[in-house]
Amino acid sequence: MMAPRESTAGTMETYFYELAGALDGLVVAGETYLASFSAEASDFVRMNRGRVRQPGSVTQRYIDIELVRGARHATHRLSLTGRPDADRTALASSVASLRATLPDLADDPHLLYANDVHSSREVRGSSLPPAEAVIAAALEAADGLDLVGIYAAGPVYRGFANSLGQRNWHEVTSFSLQWSLYHRADKAVKTAYSGLEWVESEFAAKMAGARARLALLGRPARSLTPGRYRAYLTPSAMEEVAEMLCWGGFSGRALETRQSCLFRLREGAVALNPAVSFIENTADGIAPAFQDEGFTRPRGVPLVERGRMVGSLISPRTAREFELTANGANASESPESLDMAPGELRADDALAALDTGLYIGNLWYLNFSDRPACRVTGMTRFASFWVENGNIVAPVDVMRFDDSVFRMFGEQLVGLTAERELVASTDTYRSRSVSSMRLPGAVVRDMAFTL
Amino acid sequence: MPDADRLTLPDISSLARNTDFWSLRIVEETSECLTVRKNVALPPYMRSDRGAMATVYADGGYGYAATGDTSPAGLAAALARATAWARATAKLALIDARTLPRPGPRGEYASPSLDAPMRSRREWFELLMEESREAEIDSRIVDWETSMETIRATHQLVTSTGGEVVQRYRFLYPGLSVTAHAEGDTQTRTLNGYRGPCQQGGEEILARFEFAGAGKRIAEQALEIVVAPNCPSGKMDVLLMPDQMILQIHESIGHPLELDRILGDERNFAGTSFVTPDMFGTYRYGSELLNITFDPTRGEELASYGWDDDGSRAEKVHLIRKGILERPLGGAISQARAGMSGTSNSRADNWNRPPIDRMANLNLEPGDATLEQMVASIERGVLMETNSSWSIDDSRNKFQFGCERGRLIENGKLGAVVKNPSYRGISARFWRSLAQVGNEDTLQVLGTPYCGKGEPSQVIRVGHAAPACVFTGVDVFGGDA
Repeated sequence: MMAPRESTAGTMETYFYELAGALDGLVVAGETYLASFSAEASDFVRMNRGRVRQPGSVTQRYIDIELVRGARHATHRLSLTGRPDADRTALASSVASLRATLPDLADDPHLLYANDVHSSREVRGSSLPPAEAVIAAALEAADGLDLVGIYAAGPVYRGFANSLGQRNWHEVTSFSLQWSLYHRADKAVKTAYSGLEWVESEFAAKMAGARARLALLGRPARSLTPGRYRAYLTPSAMEEVAEMLCWGGFSGRALETRQSCLFRLREGAVALNPAVSFIENTADGIAPAFQDEGFTRPRGVPLVERGRMVGSLISPRTAREFELTANGANASESPESLDMAPGELRADDALAALDTGLYIGNLWYLNFSDRPACRVTGMTRFASFWVENGNIVAPVDVMRFDDSVFRMFGEQLVGLTAERELVASTDTYRSRSVSSMRLPGAVVRDMAFTL
Repeated sequence: MPDADRLTLPDISSLARNTDFWSLRIVEETSECLTVRKNVALPPYMRSDRGAMATVYADGGYGYAATGDTSPAGLAAALARATAWARATAKLALIDARTLPRPGPRGEYASPSLDAPMRSRREWFELLMEESREAEIDSRIVDWETSMETIRATHQLVTSTGGEVVQRYRFLYPGLSVTAHAEGDTQTRTLNGYRGPCQQGGEEILARFEFAGAGKRIAEQALEIVVAPNCPSGKMDVLLMPDQMILQIHESIGHPLELDRILGDERNFAGTSFVTPDMFGTYRYGSELLNITFDPTRGEELASYGWDDDGSRAEKVHLIRKGILERPLGGAISQARAGMSGTSNSRADNWNRPPIDRMANLNLEPGDATLEQMVASIERGVLMETNSSWSIDDSRNKFQFGCERGRLIENGKLGAVVKNPSYRGISARFWRSLAQVGNEDTLQVLGTPYCGKGEPSQVIRVGHAAPACVFTGVDVFGGDA
């Protein structure tokens, strides 16, 4: 029987608003505060060799307090204890420290924060089965297999408050089970099951699919020589490519300073295939619809339409610096709900459209080999196969590609699948991410493989 | 962490009764990041973080619980949750926790210059602004930034076996980058990479990286590379400077030698390793010139400490000696699992993550070649500085790395500057082409605060000290533009 997890359900929102109320009382005339709240109560269970390697729980609460006076401002992030008296004392100390800092600073010509009040509340997901029950079921389903993976689950909270009275709350209770079934060495099938409600039959179907693909890995592997190959990228592989575009590619600041990998696309020096369109689709994502300076995000921000760049993500600071209009981006100006338009190719026909070439289940460790040319290198990983005449023939040993996205999604793009997958971010660096992408698969006429 | 806040064992010894072993690791960290971008001071960003990680062995199981509440009640609750996890999963556990070591270390560690005076915030901004203004030398400079992050941290580890370790750290991360745009291309030059010049200590770190005056120097180099021709392609020798060597060591020696990877823990995320347990003691990893040490005792290096987060005493050991693989990077738990000797490298990036096998400081020991001798020995090659792109397969074998700046070497002489110098290879073969190792004068102590790994994921501080080195017959290439 598990000891109860530190209970946060239904109480974290109230707690944050109590802290905001305390901040209201701490600022004095002429001061404004902006407060961003980030918290979670997570279970993490790590598995290896079909057994439990590291099980545990993490409860954390952080608040970023930005104190503004005139055009001077500074931010303090502090961890909270969850004990009201201790945290109110910490907030008072933080505000006093920030107040003492401001005289040391110069006016910031690029300061911009929301003055209109737009409060909101979004609560998604509710109860999940106990983590230990999920793990027991997962390991039983993988009985006899070499399973390695991670289960992460529980509520994630984001909040915003300011001294103008704006209050925003975003709460998502979700789970993510990612697991790999290993055949041998580096030959494995990776699968993810995530969502707001654990449905046993959905998990069973995913595990059955993984078992079926694992059987294909038992065939003798094929080593390809470097060269150009026709390829099909699954939505999971597409996520890795899209993440490279998100690394400053859509950033208003990076585009203005020509550091974005897409600045040549913006300037019209190159174009993507007319089938390629991207929007930042906050309405259909799982990220908050508000940002750290209190601005509300539009339901969608068009970024690329029919192969041409039509927009970018502009933070308040960039808006001031380059005389643009802010559109709800955070300081990183990176998409949190990137949506790539579907194509017309039925996913069931993807292997036939590939005909003969490389089926890429996953890509790994991408980086720019020439950023202005949007040239990217990376590795195939997990279940990637050689396909002949639309049929899987053999698993392939890992291959390095090095090619320009302008080519791959430009003249070399054969088609995108009509079906897309919602790929929820499984990033757990420092905290559980609430980002996601909605992506199709892609057939590429030729893709350069170098090692 | 004031002494008054230190845990006292009698207060908590009753909190986790009927367990085989427990530990509490309290981490408190404060930091301030100051940045000047394009001669505009950005708002300061301060951070205060404090929390505790409770770890318990009970009934053969293992469990952890992390909390930001370090009051006695908060710690008691965390120990209770960790105990419950251990018991609930004991029958499914990969490791019988009854077989694991139960450390009881006692002692203290302190960074160099822990309490040395530091300039005021206003003075830091003056320095950053001066370097920023010096970088604005041409209209083709389109973006530039100077920054300084100062960090103080205290880690306290208390164990049910009477252990108590307090380690106090001070870190300084200077940063400087300049971006130039011309002729349809954009190139960025940095001071030894993004956060590459990161060390433990105080302001003495600035002089080691010649931070004063770096604004103009780095800007001039950014202008130089943006109009330079692309690096040529072909098989040739490369002379890698320390700020590229550290990446080469990190990715193709450090990660593949992590014992938890070799044991399979990371296969779902960070990857596996081409290294297998049977290779230790006999495998030729590199040429006779390759000597790699794990050294958490070099004071100024970023990941120095007295004990790791499982309580193992830090000590310097060879991982590779004269090219032969000797031991993996594995902490006490991995050593017990594998039945192998390892290192004191079980580390967590904060209070809210459990320890796993990490690199700490991983160094390439200097040789005896001068930089001039190494250049003179190369008939056709490229000198490469400062990593800008890194990619390697999940077994840590097939890699491709790019650098910010290159210089051609022809007939033993340094020649023209080239941009996008890049090379690719296979770890298991590449280190055997190590032909020359620079002497102490060519060595730099660098690192990264951003080494990622683990599920849940962690980003941790890693130090690397490396001399310049020559490799022969390398597959070299440049960019498209």
